[in-house]
Amino acid sequence: MIEARALSRRYPWPQPWWARLRQAGPRPGIQAVADLSLDLAEGRTLALVGESGCGKTTVGRMLVGLETPDAGEVRVDGQPLHATLSGPAGPALALRRRLQMVFQDPQGSLDPRWRVGDAVAEPLLEHRLCPPAEVPGRVAALMEAVGLSPDDMPRWPHQFSGGQRQRVSIARALASEPRYLICDEPTSALDVSVQAQVLNLLVDLQAERRLGLLFISHDLAVVRYVADQVAVMYLGRLVEQAPKATLFAMPRHPYTRLLLGAAPDLGLSGRARTPVPGDLPDPMAVPGGCAFHPRCPHAQARCRDEIPAWGPADGGQGDAPVPGLVHRVACHLVADGRL
Amino acid sequence: MRTPLLCLDQLVVELPGRRGPLRVLDGVSLDLAAGEVLGLVGESGAGKSITGAAILGLLEPPARLTEGRVLFDGLPLHTLAPDAMRRLRGRQLAAIFQDAAAALNPLQTVGDMLIETLRAHLPLSPAQARERAVERLAQAGVTAPGERLRQYPHELSGGLRQRVMLALALALEPRLIVADEPTTALDVSLQARVIEHLRDAARLQGVAVLLISHDLGVVAEACDRLAVMYAGRVVEIGPAEAVLHRPAHPYTAGLIAAVPDLQDTRPRLARIPGSMPQPGAWPAGCAFHPRCDRALDRCREESPELALAGWSRVACWQPVAPPPGARP
Repeated sequence: MIEARALSRRYPWPQPWWARLRQAGPRPGIQAVADLSLDLAEGRTLALVGESGCGKTTVGRMLVGLETPDAGEVRVDGQPLHATLSGPAGPALALRRRLQMVFQDPQGSLDPRWRVGDAVAEPLLEHRLCPPAEVPGRVAALMEAVGLSPDDMPRWPHQFSGGQRQRVSIARALASEPRYLICDEPTSALDVSVQAQVLNLLVDLQAERRLGLLFISHDLAVVRYVADQVAVMYLGRLVEQAPKATLFAMPRHPYTRLLLGAAPDLGLSGRARTPVPGDLPDPMAVPGGCAFHPRCPHAQARCRDEIPAWGPADGGQGDAPVPGLVHRVACHLVADGRL
Repeated sequence: MRTPLLCLDQLVVELPGRRGPLRVLDGVSLDLAAGEVLGLVGESGAGKSITGAAILGLLEPPARLTEGRVLFDGLPLHTLAPDAMRRLRGRQLAAIFQDAAAALNPLQTVGDMLIETLRAHLPLSPAQARERAVERLAQAGVTAPGERLRQYPHELSGGLRQRVMLALALALEPRLIVADEPTTALDVSLQARVIEHLRDAARLQGVAVLLISHDLGVVAEACDRLAVMYAGRVVEIGPAEAVLHRPAHPYTAGLIAAVPDLQDTRPRLARIPGSMPQPGAWPAGCAFHPRCDRALDRCREESPELALAGWSRVACWQPVAPPPGARP
């Protein structure tokens, strides 16, 4: 289990030195993530959804240790992540092995001067997972697991299409036999027919290897296909989290409802898309209270002043039939039972 | 049927290659009437954007239109001199691109850009042009249009920038808009509005809109007709509803089945094996045959032409049959 507790991350805005000297108080900046808690269990897929700039990538990077939170803590199977990674090399390496990440752009995440086979072999050698003589065999098995041919090992990244490169990235991430895989928009750069191949692959690998998969995406339709649980983010905070079926059938937070209403529909069912009013506010100036209130059709005076608590959607009555699969919402109106 | 405003006749675009010219468009024919929204869909490398650029005379050298005709209201655009084409592009043809940040001048305010565009083509005083600019921004759904005039593109959010582009494109009341992936860089909550404005321009002002997109969801709601491209050719064209509900080309059918949908509860997505071949590596016969599970011997040898099948025109030797009793 990866447990993230009250994570916050702020990126200060670069300023000239004289402005920094003159200014009292906190420096201006972007609050990318604020007070965010979530659990990722082994063998489950949690999707993190939100619009661009909401901080979902920062959350993913903090969960694998690429980014250090300003406040809060991440524990991986009970071990504090960031303290272990900055501690002695041995335990740090052992922990890092269990967490891997797949990035959006397979062009940028593979070294163009490394043969694909070498890129996949690197984690095996780095973590000394097998004797050097067995490395080529293990790499070949990984290539086959992601639907590539062992004959592709001596080729260069540029000789592959986008979808194939993403398969290589997945093979490389799986090489260290991680327990948790964080995928940040793994199919957004791919064409539809290729996206389907990669999504099917991820779903199969997750089930076969009982991975804890965090799937970060802006696309609700894709999320519906891969996830067990969905968490929706808005401007650095979680606004709703629920089992997939619940979230799609009975969304509670007004933002989730608007997102679902605005998603394009292939079915030509005549369902009109409901545009979300207003723009995503400047993340430099997140509105006070509930950050969604300027766009919310139900906003009340309280929403402008008070940040809503992150609590059970049903007012605490008979929640969570399955442990870990709770329905939580951060909205005053839902908490009061008025929505 | 309405008389077409734009007519593409067997367009061929080639790039010079080491072993002779490379075809990137291989005989594309389309027509588009005033007030109509035609969606041009396909995966990357199919030639959608090249088609758009060929219409606007914006092909980047060394790409060249080597065969075929582009007729705009009877005027052969492919023969026009660059100067004449530029005047036409300002006044009657407009373009909207995916990346609004790159398409807007970063050194000019929104107001300067709009006013300059308006006054370059219309006899307006500065004050009149300003008034018109505010009007156009408001039409495109820009909030507080008066204040936006003083702002620079970097001060605007992505959604606003795209709407400023829309206002610029519609400023001179063009008769044809080529919109190349206008919503791809936008979040879902903003996509719907941009699409709505394009639809309104077609419905209310009679503008012909060519909407280029890889996103079937976007074209599904916006378009009257759909053209599906694969490897430099149009493989299926017909009423949007027919193409989406009863696709006749195996590629269209596969593409639609591969899209995850909000309503859908399939345990697995259907997939098309392989990926689109690069220009220059297009297989003989029907370019789709190596990925097609219905391929016949004939598909490997002879390239099919567009022919009527059901409610659409399809380039396939063995189109997918519509279910019996189905109606468009």
